[in-house]
Amino acid sequence: MSELTIPTAQKPISNRRDSLVMLSRVANSLYWMSRYIERSENIARLLDVNLQLMLDFSDLNDQQLKEHWLPILCSAGDEETFFKLYDKANSETVTEFLTFREENPNSIISCLFTARENARQVRDQISLEMFETLNECYLFLKSKNAREVWQTGAHEFFGEIKKYSHLFQGLTGSTFTRNEGYEFINLGKFLERADKTTRILDIKYHILLPSVADVGGAVDAAQWQAILRSASALEAYRRFHVEDILPKKVAEFLIFSTTFPRSILACMRHLDEDLHRLSGKERREYKSAEERAFGKLLSDLNFLTIEEILDTGLHQFLQKVQSTLDHLDDHIYQEYMYHPPVDLESEIFLQQQQMQQQ
Amino acid sequence: MARDLLSFSRPPKTPTHKIPHRMLTDNYKTEDFFDEMFMEEGNVRPHYRKVAARLRELDPSEHRRKQTAVDLAFMRGGVTFTVYNDDQGTERIFPFDLVPRVIPDTEWQRIEKGLIQRITALNLFLHDIYHDQKILKDRVIPPHYILGAKHFRREFMGFNVPKDIYIHICGTDLIRDRQGNYLVLEDNLRCPSGASYMLENRAALKRAFPDLYRSARVHPVDSYAAELRKVLQYVSPPSLASSQPNVVLLTPGVFNSAYFEHAFLARQMGIPIVEGRDLVVRDAHVYMRTTSGLVPVDVIYRRIDDDFLDPTVFRPDSLLGLPGLVHAYRSGNVSLANSIGTGVADDKVVYYFVPQIIKYYLGEDPILPNVDTYLASENKDRLFILENLEKLVVKSANEAGGYGMLMGPWATEEEISTFRDQIRANPRNFIAQHPISLSRHPTWCGNGEGGEFEGRHVDLRPYILYGEQISVTPGGLTRVALRKGSLVVNSSQGGGSKDTWVLNGDA
Repeated sequence: MSELTIPTAQKPISNRRDSLVMLSRVANSLYWMSRYIERSENIARLLDVNLQLMLDFSDLNDQQLKEHWLPILCSAGDEETFFKLYDKANSETVTEFLTFREENPNSIISCLFTARENARQVRDQISLEMFETLNECYLFLKSKNAREVWQTGAHEFFGEIKKYSHLFQGLTGSTFTRNEGYEFINLGKFLERADKTTRILDIKYHILLPSVADVGGAVDAAQWQAILRSASALEAYRRFHVEDILPKKVAEFLIFSTTFPRSILACMRHLDEDLHRLSGKERREYKSAEERAFGKLLSDLNFLTIEEILDTGLHQFLQKVQSTLDHLDDHIYQEYMYHPPVDLESEIFLQQQQMQQQ
Repeated sequence: MARDLLSFSRPPKTPTHKIPHRMLTDNYKTEDFFDEMFMEEGNVRPHYRKVAARLRELDPSEHRRKQTAVDLAFMRGGVTFTVYNDDQGTERIFPFDLVPRVIPDTEWQRIEKGLIQRITALNLFLHDIYHDQKILKDRVIPPHYILGAKHFRREFMGFNVPKDIYIHICGTDLIRDRQGNYLVLEDNLRCPSGASYMLENRAALKRAFPDLYRSARVHPVDSYAAELRKVLQYVSPPSLASSQPNVVLLTPGVFNSAYFEHAFLARQMGIPIVEGRDLVVRDAHVYMRTTSGLVPVDVIYRRIDDDFLDPTVFRPDSLLGLPGLVHAYRSGNVSLANSIGTGVADDKVVYYFVPQIIKYYLGEDPILPNVDTYLASENKDRLFILENLEKLVVKSANEAGGYGMLMGPWATEEEISTFRDQIRANPRNFIAQHPISLSRHPTWCGNGEGGEFEGRHVDLRPYILYGEQISVTPGGLTRVALRKGSLVVNSSQGGGSKDTWVLNGDA
């Protein structure tokens, strides 16, 4: 031990002796378990919708297929990893990459394996029903049966995945205690959901560029319908607007709806409540720079209009939402989950020193 | 070294019933073993009558269906252990056989008394060994056996553990010989595992045979976790002002093969499950790292061996433990269950002396006898062992889980000669016993050619908790060697388990 490092200062000591204390590692696992389940559901929906959409466009060439699938690939995964594994981006390759490839950390299978691993870490914290559901899903994906279901009917397969997610989230609502852990589960879910809604919308942002005049063709209508379905929003949109599917209205709906639970604003309002319950701060008071940036974006959304967003650029706006959420994720980690690491060597030295002082 | 085995629980001399079996006994052979269910072919022991009658009604396909349902439930619930040496991280269920093992009340009361006697004596022994060492001074045990024992913790001499309890949780392995006598095979006084399977097996059996279970009037086992929690709260540090100690379960982590059990028990007790990395020691107090900063920890139910607990004191390469834990423990700021240093009492050489230990501290004869044992470090015994290796079972003094063992009658020339060399080189590390032909129990072997049920060897691990009083959960874990003819019941080596019923009466 040539150069001695002083052990890192730890977080402050509290003298709580109640059963509600939550390990930081547990908070972290609950958060990611929830995020990954939400993510898998979104990918399943996105793929399901787009595979069906492709049925109406049977005679596309390689380039057109690539134009269709590449934005989807970018919204859900990593282009670079993809082209290491495949030459062409088409229905088969993109779907396989986003569903079954374990090399892709954001494939459905990777998401659910990670979610289940996190659940195993906090087995003592979640309800038996929640664990069993996730474990059943894991066993299904591990079985040969899973690939068979996928190959014979992708729609059924994605249906299964969505069902597991719905079941899990429903069980969380009906079997999980409303404690701090619940806030972390919700933070994970709504953060992921808001992020995914921005990405789904971003797939078609170029159509909304102000310079593009001719919107509203048949192809467009089908694609915008697909966007809505990708966000589970088609029926909600129809009931709300009772008119044709118009790109601007779709964007407005997915950003501003206060009643549809997957819109960016609705998700952010949930996040706002969860953040306040965790920090114990008054409404409209925020704990850190990241939380304040989030609060600012939230109040922007309360006052902005879709026209203003389109004027400055939908893509830019969506990117701003994504980066605000990213920073918020980082803040949650730093504030509640991170503890300064213990360096074993200096820790042993400190403890041995203390043993000399009896 | 011969010792009169106490002859209790001989087969009862009550009339038995011939049952016209369809499937259970048509081909069932008790052969030359003590069979738990049958006195001889076709003659059911009285306490098994209800079980036998129910099995008789069952046709093989129905039994198979029940077995599949139970297996699936275990798989879905993650009642599994991780298989080592497998990069797939394969999880397997611990095979569960649906035919329960039944113990009549009177027989159980005797076992219970014997176990309480044994743990009381061993606890007094540990206190003595870490204080005045009277038993060594009185030459009841040659001192070198203790002072040189691998798990003797010299650094805890003179240390007082809360309430003088060393062994809070104990799992004692019992077997039955050809006459049906219960013998103690080993004491597990460090981190005995398997209690969760005892509880899960019971739940599974209740689902599979609800009516049979109700009519058989079986002692329940579900209070185990609550009892364990009380024990842990009872031994909280005397200096603690709060009446609500923070109790945690310390696990090596999710990759440990017993992780399911750790999570299961923590859930049943409502206490957090922690890893070494969740804890930190400051000023000789243990804290856990929570979302609201560092929170004190008062009692640790540790499922990590002594050697790995604290890298500042024991193995410096341990990444599982917590630097400073031993210091906090010695300062009386945190309690550990089991205490550090209990391993010296389940050393297999010390096992040899347990009857003398009972006599010395309690002035009583042991209710549950040992298996006759030879010590390789005694000259006369060693000569006998070396000459009779092919007839004996040789065990390493400090191994568990069926490892480090030689089964003479089944071993190859080469294995025997390896052990011969090892015994010569390090006699202190070995003991030998005559092979005991463990009792057998009808076990579902659906695909065997000898019929649906065949006899398989079983042992019994009851769980003893030592807190304000000593309690033994009625029954315990019956482990069964599923391979035909095998005597090894460990889960790592092809073992399975059964639910164990202690009846509310003798039939």
